[in-house]
Amino acid sequence: MADDARVVTIDGNEAAASVAFRASEVIAIYPITPASPMGELSDEWATHGRTNVWGTVPSIVEMQSEGGAAGAVHGALQAGALTTTFTASQGLLLMLPNLFKIAGELNAFCMHVAARTVATHALSIFGDHSDVMACRTAGFAMLASASPQQAHDMACIAHAATLAARVPFMHFFDGFRTSHELSPVHPIDDATLRDMLDPGHIDAHRARALSPDHPVVRGTAQNPDTFFQAREACNPFYAACPEIVETHMRRFADRTGRSYNLFDYYGDPEAEDVIVAMGSATETLRETVTHLAARGERVGGLAVRLYRPFSCRHFVAALPASVKRMAVLDRTKEPGALGEPLYLDVLAALAEQWEGAAPRLSAGRYGLSGKELTPRMLAAVFDDLASGAPKRHFTVGIRDDVTHLDLAPSSARSDLEVLPEDTFQALFYGLGADGTVGANKNTIKIVAEHTDFVPQGYFVYDSRKSGAVTVSHLRFAHRSLGAPYLIEAADLVACHQFDLLDRMDVVERVKPGGTLLLNAPFPADEVFGHLSAEVQRHIIDKALTVHTVDAHAVAMGAGLRGRINTVMQVCFFAVSELLPVERAIEHIKHALESTYGKKGSEVVRRNMLAVDRAVAGLAQVQVPSTPGAGARKRPPAVTEGAPARVQRVTSMMLAGHGDRLPVSAFPPDGTWPTATSQWEKRNIALELPVWDPDICIQCNKCTLLCPHAAIRAKAYPDSALAGAPQGFLSTAFRSTDLPGMRYSLQVAPEDCTGCQLCVEVCPAKDKANPRHKALDMHPQRPRRQAERERYGFFLSLPETGREAVREDVKHTQLLQPLFEYSGACAGCGETPYIKLLTQLFGDRLLIANATGCSSIYGGNLPTTPYAVNREGRGPAWSNSLFEDNAEFGLGMKLAVDALRARAQGLAAHLSDRLDRGLIDALLIEGQGDNGHMEAQRQRVADLKRALRELASKGDQEAHRLSLLADYLTDKSIWLVGGDGWAYDIGFGGLDHVLASGQNVNILVLDTEVYSNTGGQQSKATPLGAAAKFAAAGKAVPKKDLGLIAMAYDHVYVAQVAMGARDKQTLTAFIEAERHPGPSLIIAYSHCIAHGYDLMHGARQQKLAVESGIWPLYRFDPARVDRGEPPLHLDGGTPRRHVRDYMQHEARFRMVERLDPKRFEALQSAAQAHARRRTEHYRQLAELRVAPQEATANERPKET
Amino acid sequence: MDLSTRYLGLSLPHPLMVGASPIVDDLDLVRRAEDAGTAAIVMHSLFEEQLTDEQLHHHHHVDAHGLTHAEAHSFLPEPPKLQYALGPDEYLAQLNRIKERVSCPVIGSLNGATDHGWLGYAKLIEQAGADALELNIYYLPTDPAIESAEVERHAVDMVKMVREAVRIPLAVKLSPFYSSLPHLAHQLVSAGAQGLVLFNRFYEPDIDVEELELSPRLELSTSAELNLRLRWLAILSGSKDISLAVTGGVHSPLDALKAIMAGADGVQLVSALLKRGPEYLSTLRQELADWLDQHEYTSLSQARGSMNIKHCPDPTHYGRGNYLRILQSWRGR
Repeated sequence: MADDARVVTIDGNEAAASVAFRASEVIAIYPITPASPMGELSDEWATHGRTNVWGTVPSIVEMQSEGGAAGAVHGALQAGALTTTFTASQGLLLMLPNLFKIAGELNAFCMHVAARTVATHALSIFGDHSDVMACRTAGFAMLASASPQQAHDMACIAHAATLAARVPFMHFFDGFRTSHELSPVHPIDDATLRDMLDPGHIDAHRARALSPDHPVVRGTAQNPDTFFQAREACNPFYAACPEIVETHMRRFADRTGRSYNLFDYYGDPEAEDVIVAMGSATETLRETVTHLAARGERVGGLAVRLYRPFSCRHFVAALPASVKRMAVLDRTKEPGALGEPLYLDVLAALAEQWEGAAPRLSAGRYGLSGKELTPRMLAAVFDDLASGAPKRHFTVGIRDDVTHLDLAPSSARSDLEVLPEDTFQALFYGLGADGTVGANKNTIKIVAEHTDFVPQGYFVYDSRKSGAVTVSHLRFAHRSLGAPYLIEAADLVACHQFDLLDRMDVVERVKPGGTLLLNAPFPADEVFGHLSAEVQRHIIDKALTVHTVDAHAVAMGAGLRGRINTVMQVCFFAVSELLPVERAIEHIKHALESTYGKKGSEVVRRNMLAVDRAVAGLAQVQVPSTPGAGARKRPPAVTEGAPARVQRVTSMMLAGHGDRLPVSAFPPDGTWPTATSQWEKRNIALELPVWDPDICIQCNKCTLLCPHAAIRAKAYPDSALAGAPQGFLSTAFRSTDLPGMRYSLQVAPEDCTGCQLCVEVCPAKDKANPRHKALDMHPQRPRRQAERERYGFFLSLPETGREAVREDVKHTQLLQPLFEYSGACAGCGETPYIKLLTQLFGDRLLIANATGCSSIYGGNLPTTPYAVNREGRGPAWSNSLFEDNAEFGLGMKLAVDALRARAQGLAAHLSDRLDRGLIDALLIEGQGDNGHMEAQRQRVADLKRALRELASKGDQEAHRLSLLADYLTDKSIWLVGGDGWAYDIGFGGLDHVLASGQNVNILVLDTEVYSNTGGQQSKATPLGAAAKFAAAGKAVPKKDLGLIAMAYDHVYVAQVAMGARDKQTLTAFIEAERHPGPSLIIAYSHCIAHGYDLMHGARQQKLAVESGIWPLYRFDPARVDRGEPPLHLDGGTPRRHVRDYMQHEARFRMVERLDPKRFEALQSAAQAHARRRTEHYRQLAELRVAPQEATANERPKET
Repeated sequence: MDLSTRYLGLSLPHPLMVGASPIVDDLDLVRRAEDAGTAAIVMHSLFEEQLTDEQLHHHHHVDAHGLTHAEAHSFLPEPPKLQYALGPDEYLAQLNRIKERVSCPVIGSLNGATDHGWLGYAKLIEQAGADALELNIYYLPTDPAIESAEVERHAVDMVKMVREAVRIPLAVKLSPFYSSLPHLAHQLVSAGAQGLVLFNRFYEPDIDVEELELSPRLELSTSAELNLRLRWLAILSGSKDISLAVTGGVHSPLDALKAIMAGADGVQLVSALLKRGPEYLSTLRQELADWLDQHEYTSLSQARGSMNIKHCPDPTHYGRGNYLRILQSWRGR
């Protein structure tokens, strides 16, 4: 056996990529969850100089979209390179046209898919087969893996088989469940892999390459006379493919000892009931049927490996002749079909191949978007098959109280446990920022390498980017586990954040008699008293052993701030006794050295200190026999006063009980109410800003820059202060516009993330003690209760009307933000722009949001941050896709125009039945400013009243107009997205929308990388910055999107940086909205991917502007009419070196540390580029166009 | 003219050398300094706190974002571990590169903040090939609870600790703000230092009265700063056999000569070279030799220490006498 005897602990993505990288010469990718790590690892390996099995470093290219990646792959194949790519979901669908081409030309090619849900009523990043099933007609062979080991092995088999078969392969495995599961994998060494890849077949692949030395033409167009026959010519290749795969599976088994078949059967050889499935579910199926068959149940499971070409012969041969009933489980949904694809294939296979009476078939759907499939659920399917009247079509894993398709697990199976008895299961609840997941990954490696246990690790994250909760599921057994599902009840539960005990079911997940490990900020003898009554009751009733450590104190003592991971890791080993704690500590220390080594000897030293002190801080909690008399109640998941739907549905999701919600709880079309983030109080800030009204100059810069709308300002009459809670701060408002008003600045204590942006940007200092500012940070916990009451009162104060507000930063910040408490990162640089947008135009705003960070914090359930004002108006928001957002927004605009025209037409038509003056005013009066818009709203209200009266008399036209009357007020359409959308994948559409002349506004939140997927470079990445796929520092400047847009002449373009010049940002937003054609605002957005403490975000924005890195400008075509140059520069002459900006950010420092000489050259180039561009803009800003050459009539106007 | 000198046990052709400065960051400047005949090159300091800050910054603002979201396991690329260092590697590599390129001695410089920092980095600098090491005590006591004796004891203990760990000669770069500099100097020598460098220049922040902020300020030295150094060179060189170098305030041949007469074995140049380029070192050397020649000195050693507290005609000028007389003469004007 030539297989490597070592075992490595890796996830499915790495397992697949390891083979793909070594078997390829060209790799073209585009990042998409959950496949991104495969491309990133390939890039990392290439950067480190790793080679493929033939000794060359594969060429890695990141493209502008999956469509682009597929094109590059197709070209590389045509030119003869061994090529691969990695993708998922919508990305795979974007590749689809090329997949048909690649298959139609019989290219030997293997791609790897971390199968993920295709967005329908909602986007989901999690795993199912809806993407790969959507591609099953492309002509690709489809090979499924069920575990990280299989992802490794099948990748090898697929790469080898495609060379022999000339049918391209799509190797896929379940996104997250397999792609992100950490488990031991026997690696295939280079020699074995090389041996599997037949050189003769590789030569033949080369010989088919396009070359001017032996020219051919491929990709012709054909007519009805020939296309059909030519298409049928490929049939022999597909007919031969299953046997070729089978042969390569045997060759693989000979070399590695790991044996696979096209269809693998498990269970009773005389089974009567069989479940057929594909992907990770087959691991659960194998464990379950093995367990049930051992108990005498006549059940079996069939795992589909090669799904396309589907071999009837192999399929039927794999089944026992005894089978009477079969259930086919599909991890996808095809609405309207007779059944899902695998079911239909099995149905056809049995019809064609089964001799005699075929088994009765049932079709089941399971696991959409990563929904669990457990042994109990599979048992429910077997129970249904054996029931005598099995459901023909069913779902499993959910409660369907609408169409009643669901199979409920039987209570008789409640004790079903298929895992070995000595399996040790542990759950860890932590926050993303505390390092819990990293420590657990390390624990798995330690256990794998130094004990007899075989570990398995899977990590669940919530969708928030700040204060994200992570749950780590770790299993340790004495054999490899086929358990791709979450732990329901654990032997040990570690809660790394004490507050989570109040927010989630933590204690509920410990088995009776199990162990609870707490990180608590209290002495051991006080811990129990601080627990809620519910938690205390669980601990007592289940007779849990409770250990506690004040990990924050230990970490702080070692100089590690909130990084408690190593402390908790040591404590886990101490209480779990998986190996002696002294040995575990040795291994942890070794891992620290190897993880941080050169980049952090001090980090290593401090962690070592924490490790050494951890055990001493650990203590067992003495559990009393009854709960404490005064124990507090666990707080509800949502605050009092929440609407019924939030209480019923959202609260379940927040408490981690979303799986329990039945089908009826959900809207069938993905429509959700906005304004629900207000009902969740996360309390994630350790410190919050405290206001000193005596120093405050009321500039409102703090509220402008707050990413979470968690500090707000209001001006209100003195009379409104009646009933103010104790300590509520108020002072005279300094404004000639609103004389005699009071002013308050108030923090939302439970929504603040503690980012400190507000404090850093605050310019008001105490003259006698400048260290004290109008805002200082203070610990949150002691102030929580009082500030909560004050904030509640603050919200009840009257809002300032838009019409009363002057258009400056100070006064516009009095407007109610209609975007609040999102899950964006603490210190996020994007959300302040969105918040400002909602303050200015929120009551008339439609947002088309490109997929990315802004769609995740903007619309990822459980809660929704877009809010409504007291009249019930607020932004309406939707996300279509990543690539189509400009077109999506344009469609909204066209619809609004159409409906408005219809309303206007109806109004004109009905004018003789209504007040003609009112109708004339409705149709003619402008709505350019807030005052006019209010007047129009009033007219619309009057119109509706009149229409209601007419409608009540049976006037159908009046009724119709009443439904459309709101379209007589202006709507503001904004197309929002990141630089990945605007510069790369969506650029074509964005360009087209700009060219259309339509009155839409585009806001590009430019973080200069693909932030949401982890910092891959985009064309907005600046020169000299490190990003994924540009680890050595980007060598070319960022694309000048603004300049491209200016070339159209009719587009309003602004480049803004709120932290540098807030007034310019505000002006740009207002001008963009007023511009009658398309507008583009490119907004500098600091981001965690830049690598610094984001509390300094505003400082960095200033430095970017002052160094010429980020010029501020507004290009307003309207200025041409006034005889002025359209371009106005707002940033002044750069007076700093780009070094002053770059030195503070790790993305630049990283390049400098790696290669100082190269960085110096890049920095000089960045400086030269900044100077050149400044000069270019300066000259453009002097350019005047004679007004007669571009009159208003020649420019497109809104119709 | 024989300008040779011994500094920290190193035989040097003359006392003029490149002091701790950014010159060492640029190999071209280093080459020009060598071409100009520098007697030695002192590296700028390796600052332990700076390294620690950057490592922790990376840990808290880069590493801490890893494995926090389902869609991203990190937000910055993971560069090759062997190449990407946030430690002293770049400093040590530059020291090594300079050693390979020049034939004169290269003196490392270290500003530690903790015992393990002083010790660990001193060893690394020695391993990287430094011919000697300057221990740069850039320390400002701001805590009233810390006694002056404790400050001095800490410095002496640090020197003892480093002395035990490395073999190369050690110099201690001091500030002038000690209660009894001669006593401290003796203690430092007893602890194992071969020499002292007088003095460190603390960069003094300015006050921005508009923003109510402190603004860091870096200004080059002038000859006016030399006199303070002359006094203490003269006092220390007269009392104990110890290698002394001057740093700060030497801008002309006469400045250098005065420092030598006050007792300096080495003359470190920074501001003068930053202003005029490394080639100025050659001019200085020549003019120094010419002066000695014109004044019929046989060698530089004849001048060294000739004006220190032991040899100068009226040593009271280095003590209170000087102070009293100046004040009186001022009053008399």
